Amino acid sequence: MNSTRCAACKHLRRRCPSTCIFSPYFPPNNPPRFQYVHKIYGASNVGKILKDLPENYRAEAANSLYYEAYCRIKDPVYGCVGIITILHQQIHNVQCQLAGIQAEIAALSTQSQNEDNQNQQTEIAPTLIEQNGVPNYTSFYDISTWFD
Amino acid sequence: MGGSGTGNSPCASCKLLRRRCAKDCIFAPYFPSDDPHKFAIAHKVFGASNISKMLQELPVHQRADAVSSLVYEANARVRDPVYGCVGAISYLQNQVSQLQMQLAVAQAEILCIQMQQDHIDQQITLPTTPLLFDEDDEKSFLLQNNLPQFLNFTPFNNSSSVNCDSFKKGTLYGHDMVS
Repeated sequence: MNSTRCAACKHLRRRCPSTCIFSPYFPPNNPPRFQYVHKIYGASNVGKILKDLPENYRAEAANSLYYEAYCRIKDPVYGCVGIITILHQQIHNVQCQLAGIQAEIAALSTQSQNEDNQNQQTEIAPTLIEQNGVPNYTSFYDISTWFD
Repeated sequence: MGGSGTGNSPCASCKLLRRRCAKDCIFAPYFPSDDPHKFAIAHKVFGASNISKMLQELPVHQRADAVSSLVYEANARVRDPVYGCVGAISYLQNQVSQLQMQLAVAQAEILCIQMQQDHIDQQITLPTTPLLFDEDDEKSFLLQNNLPQFLNFTPFNNSSSVNCDSFKKGTLYGHDMVS
């Protein structure tokens, strides 16, 4: 028997055997952790869930049960599902913002490509001047023609 | 078995618990007899008495939503006995973080493009005739008008990996123009 009872056995007012399923995950220095879980799930359901799992998964299971019980006590109507709903909304909002900005980037890129094309097309006339040896200060993108 | 919330047939919870379904059975409105699985899974995870206590603590108009969320959580816990709903929350939080990072990158990209556009617009307004200065006047003119020196000018590309450092005066001109 454990010399110090775990939080579960203290709450249930019973002996805490050395094989107590709760004691590794509900230490006596944190009584609310078991109280929340007990209120929502009940001791026997929590014990069944933990016993059905391999030992190396029980700590994570106890943590998630505590988290869900805490959420349910804070929000008795929606519990964890309220948080999931909020996260879905956040994802939707950010996706909309991202789509808007990506569309804006595409539009700006297309616009600057069109301006580049227009600048290149209008250089046909300046090359006639360049053939006479006079550099054209508007042909910024092809300075190699200045030195022909 | 006796009367129930819906006609003569007991609700799903009273059927499973093998008890008389009273007229004011708290489960009857939310666990109809035609969907036994719904109560079975909620009972497996939470237990009938815990569900009953939770419903009794809520006003009547909120009980339907509470039952729906309890059944959702119970389903999640049966599918994933280790993490239950918390697994879904963790996954969604990661998604939110990744999307926010993508958003930040896209916002930075659009700022770069806008800065490029502003710079190109300034270049288009350059005078087309060469200007003659002495050296000090030339430096002053360039500082005031943010003009590139043609021989040091490098065309910008429009890919997403634009180097916005070229907007800093020192790197654009190739040397520090401030004196």
